[in-house]
Amino acid sequence: MSRPPLLRLERETLAWDGAAVLSGVALSLARGERLVLLGRSGSGKSTLLNAIRLGLEAQRPAPRLALVPQDPGLVPQLTVFHNVWMGRLDDHSALHGLRVLLHPPAAARAQAAAPIARVGLNGFARRRVGTLSGGQKQRTALARALLRGGDALIADEPVSAVDPRQSGDLLDALRDRFETMVLALHDPARALAIGTRIIGIGRGRILLDRPARGLSLRELHALYEG
Amino acid sequence: MRFTRAETRAPRRWGAGRVLAGFGLATLAALALADLDLSRPDPWLTLRGIGAGLLSPDFADPAALAHAAALTVAFAVCGVFAGALAGFVLSFGYTLRAIRGLCICVRSVHELFWALLLLGVTGLGPLTGVLAIALPYAGIFAKVFAEYLAEADPAASRALPRRTPPLSRLLWSRLPLALPELGAYTLYRLECGLRSSAVLGFVGLPTLGYLLETDFRQAQYGAAAASLMVYLALILPIRHWMRLRLAPVWLAVSVWLLARHPAPPMGDGALMRFLGDAVPAPIRAGDWAGLLPWLGRMLGEQALPGTIATLVLSQLALALAALVAVTCFPLIVGRVTGRAGALMGHAALVLARSIPDYMLAFLILQVTGPSMIPAILALGLHNGAIIAHLMGRQGDALVPRLRADAPRGLRLAAWELLPRLSGNFFALCLYRWEIIVRDSAILGLLGIATLGFYVDAAVQELRTDRAVLLLVVSALLTLGIDTLSGRIRARMRLSAPGMRKPEPEAAEAA
Repeated sequence: MSRPPLLRLERETLAWDGAAVLSGVALSLARGERLVLLGRSGSGKSTLLNAIRLGLEAQRPAPRLALVPQDPGLVPQLTVFHNVWMGRLDDHSALHGLRVLLHPPAAARAQAAAPIARVGLNGFARRRVGTLSGGQKQRTALARALLRGGDALIADEPVSAVDPRQSGDLLDALRDRFETMVLALHDPARALAIGTRIIGIGRGRILLDRPARGLSLRELHALYEG
Repeated sequence: MRFTRAETRAPRRWGAGRVLAGFGLATLAALALADLDLSRPDPWLTLRGIGAGLLSPDFADPAALAHAAALTVAFAVCGVFAGALAGFVLSFGYTLRAIRGLCICVRSVHELFWALLLLGVTGLGPLTGVLAIALPYAGIFAKVFAEYLAEADPAASRALPRRTPPLSRLLWSRLPLALPELGAYTLYRLECGLRSSAVLGFVGLPTLGYLLETDFRQAQYGAAAASLMVYLALILPIRHWMRLRLAPVWLAVSVWLLARHPAPPMGDGALMRFLGDAVPAPIRAGDWAGLLPWLGRMLGEQALPGTIATLVLSQLALALAALVAVTCFPLIVGRVTGRAGALMGHAALVLARSIPDYMLAFLILQVTGPSMIPAILALGLHNGAIIAHLMGRQGDALVPRLRADAPRGLRLAAWELLPRLSGNFFALCLYRWEIIVRDSAILGLLGIATLGFYVDAAVQELRTDRAVLLLVVSALLTLGIDTLSGRIRARMRLSAPGMRKPEPEAAEAA
């Protein structure tokens, strides 16, 4: 790979709400990589994810990013279709956005149909998000990212609320759509299955930064001990 | 760390005792200055007439009653929706200083004052009534809508792509999130609008207040009682017939009704004439040197005495409202008064807060004769009932969380509820303070020498410049009280739940 990395963080100290969370962070992200952040809750995964997002957004030209935040940021008063189509809101003028908001044209509905079907929400497009279960809401947020597409996906625990049996399939859907991904996960097995590189976080710093191939589950479980 | 240093520097918290002491001194001073003369030679005669009228209301002219009732609703619906629409648009720019200033100005002038001013521009027609409600309400809506939009959950906006157009960001994330609250607030305002609309009858617009006033002045107590009952029949069940889903229907019917209503011919250039008249007389005459003496005379002879009377009246009214609130809130708590008692308590409080204070003052005035007493009673009862209602609701919600062996009856109210609700009590009284001062000024229209009295006189004499100057003084007084109330709330660290909103009763109406 001769292309320069998408992003490089060098010995940075990342703070949240004024208090340092991670120090001495050195990290690079190359195109085509699937970075998975692992670590106990509160270890700073979201903080690191946020720093990566800000770093990518600061570049010129900025790559197109799709986000799945931990709080999915859905609007419960709107339908699944509307929440999914929001992923492309910046591709259209405010006027066209208003038109889709008030009366979605068939073309817009057709665009959103495939990602909605892919996350298993077929038949839910016209349901208001406020009436959905937690897992269905998370799927809506995933469909929004799938419809948006882009150079990279940044997702914070994107499958934490769905049935474990389906979470692998949903992660596959993301992998098929995005060449580059940065994910925070809490399941080491899933991390090994989807990631090309694993970042382990703990004790206020990066403990592990290695290609996923050759890593064992036991090594990853160690991140959660002590 | 930073916040600890800020904390040591923060001024000491004011205890309830200190605030109450200052409040008591102010009330004593107001008592010494107030005109509490019961001058009516024989109040019993009037009282007997009113009693007889209430017992046998006179529905002899149902067509006139129905028409006045329909127009009362029409003015309220058109005025509130026009205000809501304007306020909605303005709320998007509420962070701009110019727009915020404009909103503060229009809402610091009471509906009745707006009506008095507009009579000279748009005459005694439908437009005056609609604008008198729409203008101040637009300022209120803009502020409250802006707050609701700003407080909408930011997560949805954060999840949107970064380069989303700002308008799309608003329409797709903040607006739908805040929409239920905006709707509930608009419904609450419709109730206020109905009260305002009825009171607009007192300056001559053809609503129920007009019938009430004319019948009363002619001692037709039966007919007056009939219009009062029709008004109550409209406002008491308002939450059942005024639904947002039905709003388009009500709006269409209201517009149709008002469009049919004759508008008086005002001649050309009424607005320009009005604006010209609003310029102080000395300037109009080219006598710039005369401006200062004119201002001095106006402020010294009208604005100052009017302001003092307004403050005296509002202080006594606030004291009565506080007393009413503390003694009456237990009425609606089931564990204090029992199920039947709570029902009767609700009925009494609903009645007292549904009749506008202006109307109540007018009614009492007919019995007691002119003095500050009717105004004090009306403001105290009306506002006290509102505070008591909110406290009672909060008290009722507290009951299930009390220990199982908590006492019942008055002991519960005095030992368990009142101490827990005291923060809310202070907050609510301080919130109502500004409203009481604003309404004290307005009650001058009934002949009490508050600021409204002088405004009314200036309007009658067609001295628009004087009226405008006095309205500015009145608006500044209201703003000053609002600021002072905010300071006291901050010093007392009042942050009772649900008290954050500009109008707590709106949150409860939702």
